[in-house]
Formats: sequence, structure tokens, C-alpha cells
Amino acid sequence: MLLIKCPHCGARAQTEFSYGGDATRERPAPAAVTAEEWLDYVYLRDNPRGPHLEWWHHAAGCRRWFKLRRDTATHKFVP
Amino acid sequence: MLLLGAVRYSLYTLAKNAVTGHRHWPPAWRQPEPKKKYAVVVIGGGGHGLATAYYLARNHGLRDVAVLEKSHLGGGNTGRNTTIVRSNYLLDANAKFYEHSLKLWEKLSRDLNFNLMFSQRGVLNLAHSDPQLDEFARRGNAMRLNGIDAVFLDRAGVQAKVPLLDCSPRTRFPVMGGLLQPRAGTARHDSVAWGYARAASARGVDLIENCEVTAMRRAGNRISGVDTNRGFIQAGKVAIAVAGNSSRVAAMAGLRLPIESHVLQAMVSEPVKPMLDTVVTSGIAHMYISQSDKGELVFGGDLDGYNSYAQRGNLPVLERIIQAAVTLFPAISRMRLLRTWGGVMDMSMDGSPIIGKLPPPNLYFNGGWCYGGFKATPASGWCFAHTIANDAPHPLNEAFTLSRFQRGFLIDEKGAGATPGAH
Amino acid sequence: MSAQPFRAPNGGRIDRRRPLRFTFDGVEYGGFHGDTLASALVANGVNLVGRSFKYHRPRGILSAGVEEPNALVQLGAGARTEPNIRATQVELADGLVAHSQNRWPSLRFDAGAVNGFFSPLLPAGFYNKTFKWPPAWWLGYEFFIRRMAGLGRAPAAADPDSYTRRFAHCDVLVVGGGAAGLAAARAAAHGGAKVFLLEQDFCFGGALLANGAEINGAAAADWVDGEVDFLNGEAGVTLLARTTAFGVYDDNLICAGQKLGGGELSGADKTKKPRQRLWWIRARRVVLCSGALERPPAFPGNDTPGVMLAGAAVTYARRFAALAGENAVVFTNNDSAYAAIPALHEAGGTVAMVVDSREGGAGAFAAALAEQRGVTVRRGAVVTAVRGGRRVRGAVVDGTAVDCDLLCVSGGWNPTVHLFSQAQGRLRYDDGIAAFVPAGGADNLTVAGAATGEFGTARCIAAGAHAGTAAAAAVRGVRVTVHDVATVTVTGDLCASMEPIAALWTVDGGRGKAFVDFQNDVTAADIALAHREGYSKVEHLKRYTTLGMGTDQGRTSGVTGAAIMAGLCGRTVGAGGVTTFRPPFTAVTLGAIAGTGRGADFMPLRRSPLHDWHVNNGAVMINVDLWQRARFYPRDGETMMQAVNREARHVREKVGLVDVSTLGKICIHGRGAGVFLERVYINKWTTLRAGRCRYGLMLREDGFVLDDGTTTRIGGGEYYMTTTTARAAEVLAHLEFYAQTVWPELQVHLASVTDQWAALALAGPLAREVLAAAADAGAVDNNALPFMGYAEAAVDGCPVRLFRITFSGERAYEVHTPAGHAEAVWSRLLAAGAGFGIAPYGTEAMNVLRIEKGHVTGAELDGTTLAADLGFAAMQKTDGDFVGKRSLERPAFAEPRMELVGLVADGKKPIARGAQLIDRPGRPAQAAMAGHVTSACYSPNLNKEIALALLRGGRGLHGKKMFAASPLSGASTPVTVTAPVFIDPQGARARG
Repeated sequence: MLLIKCPHCGARAQTEFSYGGDATRERPAPAAVTAEEWLDYVYLRDNPRGPHLEWWHHAAGCRRWFKLRRDTATHKFVP
Repeated sequence: MLLLGAVRYSLYTLAKNAVTGHRHWPPAWRQPEPKKKYAVVVIGGGGHGLATAYYLARNHGLRDVAVLEKSHLGGGNTGRNTTIVRSNYLLDANAKFYEHSLKLWEKLSRDLNFNLMFSQRGVLNLAHSDPQLDEFARRGNAMRLNGIDAVFLDRAGVQAKVPLLDCSPRTRFPVMGGLLQPRAGTARHDSVAWGYARAASARGVDLIENCEVTAMRRAGNRISGVDTNRGFIQAGKVAIAVAGNSSRVAAMAGLRLPIESHVLQAMVSEPVKPMLDTVVTSGIAHMYISQSDKGELVFGGDLDGYNSYAQRGNLPVLERIIQAAVTLFPAISRMRLLRTWGGVMDMSMDGSPIIGKLPPPNLYFNGGWCYGGFKATPASGWCFAHTIANDAPHPLNEAFTLSRFQRGFLIDEKGAGATPGAH
Repeated sequence: MSAQPFRAPNGGRIDRRRPLRFTFDGVEYGGFHGDTLASALVANGVNLVGRSFKYHRPRGILSAGVEEPNALVQLGAGARTEPNIRATQVELADGLVAHSQNRWPSLRFDAGAVNGFFSPLLPAGFYNKTFKWPPAWWLGYEFFIRRMAGLGRAPAAADPDSYTRRFAHCDVLVVGGGAAGLAAARAAAHGGAKVFLLEQDFCFGGALLANGAEINGAAAADWVDGEVDFLNGEAGVTLLARTTAFGVYDDNLICAGQKLGGGELSGADKTKKPRQRLWWIRARRVVLCSGALERPPAFPGNDTPGVMLAGAAVTYARRFAALAGENAVVFTNNDSAYAAIPALHEAGGTVAMVVDSREGGAGAFAAALAEQRGVTVRRGAVVTAVRGGRRVRGAVVDGTAVDCDLLCVSGGWNPTVHLFSQAQGRLRYDDGIAAFVPAGGADNLTVAGAATGEFGTARCIAAGAHAGTAAAAAVRGVRVTVHDVATVTVTGDLCASMEPIAALWTVDGGRGKAFVDFQNDVTAADIALAHREGYSKVEHLKRYTTLGMGTDQGRTSGVTGAAIMAGLCGRTVGAGGVTTFRPPFTAVTLGAIAGTGRGADFMPLRRSPLHDWHVNNGAVMINVDLWQRARFYPRDGETMMQAVNREARHVREKVGLVDVSTLGKICIHGRGAGVFLERVYINKWTTLRAGRCRYGLMLREDGFVLDDGTTTRIGGGEYYMTTTTARAAEVLAHLEFYAQTVWPELQVHLASVTDQWAALALAGPLAREVLAAAADAGAVDNNALPFMGYAEAAVDGCPVRLFRITFSGERAYEVHTPAGHAEAVWSRLLAAGAGFGIAPYGTEAMNVLRIEKGHVTGAELDGTTLAADLGFAAMQKTDGDFVGKRSLERPAFAEPRMELVGLVADGKKPIARGAQLIDRPGRPAQAAMAGHVTSACYSPNLNKEIALALLRGGRGLHGKKMFAASPLSGASTPVTVTAPVFIDPQGARARG
């Protein structure tokens, strides 16, 4: 079970959090991109094996969304 | 039709070999050195890659085919799943595809001359709420209208079918009914890989183990071949069937996919004498349970919920699965959990697979199977081989294009949207 | 009670003043407190204890611990029975009942043993090669295969016992309470660390309990007692016996199972104490002192009862004063087995011969042990056959039979590296000890003692002490001196060394089956067959032959099988590797993993603040997600249908009151709140004035509808949103994501107030009159509180928020009040409405009313519908951004869509739930499905069977005749497609 360091509350058990996926994606201003680029944003992912910047939500805590980098091969949080 | 030194498997040959102490059985498949060039290179020696190679040879006469496997055949999700085979799908595209698969399963042991122990003991989905009853009714009706077997069981019917199930009102979410697909069942997972491997090898397909693809080379807009740890292999066509590693291999061709890799847990109990004949799944948690021929209870669970390439799961989901299991079957509480493991699922953005062409004109992709890959193996190989051989999809996989996400033709059974972990 | 003929008169860590009685296969035997079931069986001369999985061969006790493949028993009876329990780990208790397994009709005469005669037809993988014809017969073949397989029997009734769980945190967790573990715990505690020490056995000491050594001048077992006493007295140390660490999870979370109350029979305790406890321990450092397990070589007949691991024979003799045989032969490839000579002699037995496969024979110390007792040693020799069926009668050595009733075997020792491997540690094959040893790679987990391949009591104690010290120092970030325990003096150590070892995996040339995996009946010949057929990678070997897949997890067979295969392939053992070690280390009771979260407590139960009122007033309750809601309120003799029809009619004709407290409620604050709503909803929000409500629809970023609800501008930057019951949590997280990460500049803050506010809907033509009568203050006339208006008032002195919104389509008010006032407000409204004929209504009537009005809910918002599909195209803003907007411009969405329509049955036949819409009833498989029924009901107000449905191109098909087909129920109802609003399409009732 992961030990997740909430930047606001400190290290807490994984069971307090929910996952929000790839955090390298940034929502483009809809007017600034083509339809294809927009749908790439919605559907495509790098899905790397290794370090992965991702969203976590401290759902059973402070309810803040924050980013952490975690290695998807080892599950370890990395700088 | 068997070629290339294979021996038929039968009670007769088994008895004949017993006399000589089984010292004369040939290898189940050849172990060739890779050639410099193949008409088709299939990346991935799991069930899907092997089935694809088999049907390329069997249905399309293509024998100049290699399957490249980075480790050992069937070492990924083929040997890690809970072996359930079913076609109880709601949406037309899925229903027709998986029903074709089920029909292939029904003849597969004979087709491959390899007993896959496909056992049609039924899959029962339990409903625990009114909306679930509606959903199952809708799905069951759709199945029947698509020519697929489906039976609705009320609570008494469920209890009669599965005597050990707690159908009392005492549980948190009492059983209200169930949707049964009698023709569904289980098969022996490893045998599927071995059976396809043996049959493909006998038809001339080269199965290359310990051969990891490290890069794809381009010639203009085409893929000219693949670099591997065993050297460069030139390829007329390259086909990807690597499940949880889909994104990594696609990235070698500079492509991003609508896929995330997630870990899914499965586990078995210690073996006991027969106590559960049917596969049971339940709407109270993403959980399914069956009993293997060996006597182990086999449990499948939910995703751990985050991107992962590690083939191991975590405690909270394990706990949830077992809580659901002992809630449904209070008698198994004293049995013991023997082994747990994880597989890496290629979760797509609408929960349905992708079988088709990628932008380079000679690159083909098969992935995004989510939890459904094992049962799909025959149809997946069948349709993927057709797509590769004809450079155009089979009618059964026409809908499973990559472009459907851009174009809006999503195949979303659960309606969970672009959150792969929610499918 | 029979005597215990094989119990030595003295010695052993058993309490002879506390005799115990137990039965095995119905025969009563005696034992002592401190025995295991296996040691008591040994003491009683019971050798045949089980039958193997496949060939049903007679099997005896092979080991004295967790590695036991053979001695599996069915414990207890009835609901408390347990299958597949290793007799070697059962703490003997008075009245214990055990039965052998997998035999019929009896253990001695097992009909299944016929499989042995057919064994030539049943090599590894035989089932792949046969039973294929005819296909329809497979289920028949399988019926018999399934009955032959399995081992014990599962209970047939619910488990009467309970299980508990505890979380813990510690600095240093030591796994294993043997020599290294005790020293590690002591040293770590000395270093100032908070320590947990876990031992799977019911007493600490591990191998020291059977070692004749002296430590610091005292018997090893006494040293153990001293250390345990000391640690028990330390405040920062928690010692847990009977506790098996079985899994290492991410970030050093160790999961361990603890048997409570003294043994396997504790479940029979009627005090309702939990039977087992699961520990989730987050440890900053783990020191793994899990020891090593002995493995047998594979040689013909090696499964005959009476063949026993040499270390086990020593353990039975020394720890339990139980003699596994009176006249033994020792067959070994290393020095450790020589310890059996003094141990067996001291317990009253003899060793007839040592068969040592090494040409050079034993090291000096071991050789002296044989010499002292005058035992013949045959160097460079092997046992090629075993005489005897249900009991060893002799061993064949170089063609000559040597009489014996016990054959002690040792093929070397495998360090117990399971947890290390689970923690992602790497293994290395060590030729020096012919075993796999840890080779780094596990974070914050170190291995010490025999688990590293180190042997010798003094060395293990020192290694444990250093590892414990290092762990404490790392945790505390300071230098720590190593405790004196690191430098004990050990004399007479029988485990000082096992080197030199000569790898001996299998004995060639003999006749008969040479077993590698005893439980699954995998022989050396099976491994050779797997090799021949190309299943030579260790994972293929395991899966093709089932090697190591038994309940013993291959502890005595895995490395041996891999090594035999490596030899066949001409590769080194290290190159071939071993299969992955997966949790759990030993099997864990499912009930213990589930803990208390099962049955009625499987999930939390959410109750509305009015829950008790509903129950006390006869409501029939129903689960709705985690909530329980009032479904309907039957009056005398009413069926559900009658009650629901009455309630639904009542709302349209008079007035009703329903509890809607389960709605999600979100408080939204901030200067940019209006802009925020504009961006998360599809419709216009910046124009909403204070004191007004608006219906809104929100999408996911992929363009499909996420949820609907109403939001009210309370005033200024304060808004109050309601969501559907089902999607409340999802919507809140969704909004928080956008507020915090996408548009933080809007400075919007959100808080869930679902549980803080109760919500009641007062609906019907007389609703205003009732509200006016109930309200203490505040005007509720149509000017003060018009349709979609908001006002604050008081009812029975309780503050209420009034929202003029409707789900039923009638004139309606949602009355929200702080949860503590819910019952007062509810009761006051009922009292005030008494004169107007008010009646409470439940979720069924609410559903009927909303279907009559075509209001959508979860069945229609199924995640695949667009706003336009539901008739909300006009509501979508054309200017500005909102979540999901950009995904709507896709080719598929320009084609005919599944659109919301109404259906009216042509006749009295109900429209089946989940029915599919087809043009004509025909044979299934020929009927194209054009759409499906989402919600159906009988409308008491229209006296018709109606439904909502999603139908392809449905808005253009009003008036079309179709069939709502439900092959599942056999029903096919002719229907007419209509608009989805059946009552008051202009909405006059709601507005007036």
C-alpha cells in the first residue's frame, strides 16, 4: 500500500486518496487548438513505464488535488 | 493438418508413448533461430500474438511469419488471468465479436489438437440493486436478440444454481437476481498459449522467445523492420499484440495511444473438493469467483487504480475482493488464500479494444483489451490476422478502429468515458 | 488413551504435566502441551498421514514446519472445519479432531490409488493431450477430474467466528524469532528503535529449539527464554508469536496474520473472541531473519512414509522428545544432517548408516559426530531405492538394502527469501551452498542470518545484531553501538556449518518414481518430459508440471526442480533462475483478510436524518448506492403496486412529502463562482440573480453528460448546488479538480454539505397551502417565491431554505434544513398538511412521477448520452468555453443518435424493464435493436403503461409503432413512440 505525501497534510496511506492520472497533460484553451489536438488531449496518453507525473486527490483528507511523480515500474515516488 | 515434425495428441499416442516411458515426445513447438527477414513480424508471444500467427498461417496461407517474445510464450496476461470465457456483452460490436470468439472456443481444442479444457459451466452475474436488475435485463435482452444465450434467474433460481451463495436479506446488499450465460465458462489459460504455439509452429511460424524488440526502423513512411536484442529483423508487415506494453511499443513508432496500463489482481485459494460449479460475478464489487479443475477458488478483482507496469497488486483492493467473496460465500471464510498476483492491463479510453491499422501503412495494432483479453484470444487472432493479410478489417473488427476516438464512434459498455481506470 | 510409544522419557520443550488428548481419523491419541499435531503423531508412531494429490500415494510427515507438503489434515468438523492444514504447524490442543484428506474410503485403503497404476498414462500435461473427443464429453470427463482433485473439503456453513485487524507503525520490524531475529530485535531496541518481532511458531527460538549448543554457557533454549523475557520487558518492543509476516507491500507495509487465543481450536471458544488478527504494519526498516528450509533430494521412492528431512527428525527428537524412527539411515550431501546422529541417539534411537553423496565425506566436526557413535559412513554413495510401502523398511545403497524404519534426508538448505523477493530484492545462485541467496535490491529491508545463506548460531546472532543496529541507526539518523549480544560464545553448535556441500538434486538410474514436488506428485521424470517437450523455462516448467503450485508453495521443491531442469538444459542453475515469489508466504485465512468488512458490514450504510422516522412509520426501505431510502409506505393490506399508485396519484391530486436528503449538496463560494459555474455547466450562469435557482447539466471533458441538478445563488458569490444521489462524490471531485488546477484564478472554494442539510420535497397542487401553514415566517406566495425562486424561512422554529423546484412536475418546494432539524420540519409539514390530505411518498412513487414528466435520471444519464440526445441542445451555450464543449464537434455526433423518447403501451401489458426496441417481433438474432427502454412504469395518473427510452433518431419517430421486446421474460409489448413528457408538457402545474 502506497504511502503518499500530501503536500498539505504529510504522508498518509493510499486509502485516503484517489487517483487522477497523467498530470503532464494540460487542458488547452479550447479556442487555441484544432479539433484533432483537442481530442488528442482528451484521449491520448504517454503511459510511460518509469517516472510518471500524476494527479492525486486527498479525497479523505484536505481534498486538494496535487501532482506527484511516481515510477510506474516500481510504484516508488521519485523526485 | 500438422506439419514440421509434430505428433498428434490423442489417447492412442499417449498410450503408445507410455510404453516407451514418454521418451519420444517431440518439442511442442520448434525453437528456431530468427531469420533475417519475414513477411510478417508479430510482436508479442502471448495468446493474441500466437493466435494471430496461427490464423495467418491457417486462414490466409501466410507462413513466413515470426512471433517475437521478449520473455517466454504466454508469460504475460495469458498466464495471469482468471480464465473466464463469455460473450455477455451489451453493445452490438462487442457482442458479435465476443460471440464469434465463444464459437471458436467451442471447437478450439479439436482445431488445435490440444485440450484447452474449455468448460462451459456458465457465468452468472449477480444483481444487488434495482438499477443493476434493469441493466442486466437490458443486457440480457440485447444478448438474446443478438443470438447469444442468456437467462434471467430470480433469487430462488440463483440460490438453486449456487447453493453456497448467501442469498439471505442479512447481507449489506442482498442478491436480487442474476443474469446467466450458460455457454460461458473457463479454459486453462496456459494451454491456450501452448496450443496456439504448437499449432502455429507446426504450420511453419517461427516462435522466437527471449527476443525483445528495442526499436522500429523506418523506410520512408513504412516500418522496415525491428531491432531486437537478437539483431535486426526485416519485416514486410509489423503487428503489435503486447497488451500492457502497448504504449511502449507504439512509442517506438512515434505513436501515442488512448491507453493506460493498470495492474489488475487475481488470486487463488488452496484447493478443495468441488464446491462451486459456476463462475459467479457480483455487482457489489468488481469481483468474480470460480473453482478450477484443480480445486482452487480463483478470484479476480478490480484495478488497483493507478498506472502501473508492476505485476503485483496492493492490499486495499485485495482486501475488498476478499470481503466481497466472503460476503457472498460465508462458508469460504475459513479457507485460505494461497497465491496472489497481478497483470498489467491495457485499459483503453472506452473500455473496448483496438484492432486495426496504425498510421504507418504496414503497421498493425491489437490492444486495449482491458480485462477482456483472454476470452477474446481466438477472435482477436482471427480478426487481426484477417486485417494484416488483407490490409483491411474483418467485418467483426471494423468498429474497433483507433480513429473512433477522434470521430466519436465510441464503444463504451459502462459509459465511464475517458477514464481508463473506471472501465 | 494409548501410550506414546515413540516419546523419549526425558527432554523436549513439552510440558509433560499437561497431557492432551486428540483424535486422528477417529483414533484417540495422547500428546502434551507444547506439541504440534505432527510431533504428537510422531510420538504415537503414526506415520501414514495423507494421500498425494494426483496418484493418491501414501504419504508421511516430511518436515517439522511451514514447508510440509504431505501432512495436510482436515481440522475440526461442521462449520468450523478447516481443510489442508499442515499438521506440522498445528499447536496441539485438548480435544483436537483431525482427519486425513483426499482418500476414499480410508487412508490405508484409498481407491484413488488406482491412479498410480495408470500413472504411465498420466505424465505432466497429459490432460492437454487427451479428453478432447468427443467435445461434448469434456464436462463429463471434467466431472471426475474435479472430484479426484482438490484436497480437503471446504465448510458447508457460514464461518461462525470473527476476525479483527490492527494497524501499526514501527521503526524496525524483525521477521523471524530465531537466533538472528532475537539478536536483531535486541540490538534495534538497544539502538532506541520501536521494534516489532514476529514469529510464526507458537514459541520463539527457531532452530535453536532443537540445537544442542550452549550459548554463553547456557543451553540454547534457555538463552532464547532469557532473550524473550528481556524483550518482553522492553517498552518499545512488541513480540508477536503465532504471527506470520506473509506479504511485503509498497513502502514497507508488512502484512501479517496472527492466530489468537492459543491455537487452531480457539474458534471453538464460545467467548466470541476473534479467531485471527490481521496486522498491517508500516515499518521504516525491516530486518528479515526468516532462516532457511531444508530440501530433500529426488530419488526413487523418496516419498515413502518414513523418509523425513534430517533437520525435522532432529527437531522432533530434541524439541518434542519424539522419535521419528528407531533405526535410521541418514542420506545427505552436506554436514547438517549429521546432527541427526546425536539427536536420535539421545532420544533412544540409533543411526545405522550415513550415506554421504560427497566423495570427500563430511567436515571434521560432522565426521566426529559419526565416529563418536560408531556410525558407518558411506562416502560418495547414494540411496537408489526405498523398501517399504506405507512405511520405510530399508534403503538401497549401492545395490544393497540397509534395514531402517527412518530415512533422514538432506539435499541442502534454501534460504527463506520469499519476503525479500516480494520486496523486489534480487537473488543470486551461490555455488558454495547450492542455493539462491539475497543479492540486494530491496529498499529499507535487510536480510540477516540463515536467510542470507549464513549458517552457524554464533554467526547468525552476530549478523542479526548488526542488522538490528544498522536499522535502528538508519531510522534515528544517529550512530548506534552494537549491543553485546553480537558477541556471544557458542559451544557444541550442531548447525555450525553445512559446507562443503555437493549439489545433489536427483539420483539417476534407480527404478520407481523420484519425487520433486511431493504434494503435486511431480517427479524427476516429469521434469525431463517437460524439457523434452520444450517447457524448459522455469515458468513453463512450473505451469506444465504444476511444480511448486501446491499449498506448500514449492518450499521443498522449487529450487530442486529448477536445478534439475537447468542440468537437462546444460545451463547453470543461476542462469535458469527460479519462479517469482508471490504473496502470501504462507496461505492466509480469507476471513482474516476480510476482517470485519463482510456480510452486513461489507460497506458503510448511509442513513438520511429521517431514517428512523421512515422505519418507525412502516416504510419499506431499499438500498440506493450506500444509502437506504424509503421505497414506499404501505397501508393496511396494500401491495407495493397499490401503495405506489396511491402515493403517486396523491401527489398529482393533493400533496405529498418525500425525503430527498440523499441528494448531493455542494456549497460553492468565491468571487469567480458565477464564471466557474458558467464553465462547468453547459448553460448560462453569469446571468443568475441572487435568490434564483437554475437547472444545469454538466458534461465530462469527452462531451458526454456527467450529471444534472439545480444550483441556487444564495447571494453574492455564494451558491448552493445539488447533484444526483449517485454522482455526488464524483461531481465534487470533478469540480474541485477544475477549481483547484485548471482555473485557480477564479478562487472558487467548494465544500460538500450533503450530510449537513436534510432535504424534503413538498409537492402537489396543495403544496403552497401546506407550506404557508407550516412556515413560521416568510411569505411563500407566487410573488415571494416564484417558480425557480429561493427564499429563507423558518418551520417550527427551524431555519429552512426553500427552493421552488420540482422533480415531480407539480407545484413543489424543496425544503432544506440543517440535518438536526430534519424530523421537526418533516413532522411539522405533515402536521400542517394533515388537513390537506398530505401523505409521505417514497422513491417508487417519485420515480413514477418523474417518468410521467420525462425527467431524466441515472438510467438515462448512463455516460453515453449527449445533452442533445436528452433534448437539451438548445440549452447549450454557443459562446464561451465549458467543460466538454470542444469534444462535441465529432462526425459521429452528426449521425442519428439514441434520443430520449416516451413510449406508451398499446394495451394493458406492461413494458418490460430493460426491453429492447425492435420494429417487429421476430426470431431473435434477426431483430435489429433500434433502442432500449431506460425506465418503465404504470402511470396511475394516465392509467397507462409508459416508459422512457433511448431510440435511434427517436425525436423524428414520434407516433411510430414498435415493440418493446424482452426475450428474457418472454414479453414483447407493442408500443407507440411519443414525446418524453406525458403530463403537463407546458409546465403550468409547476409554475402556477
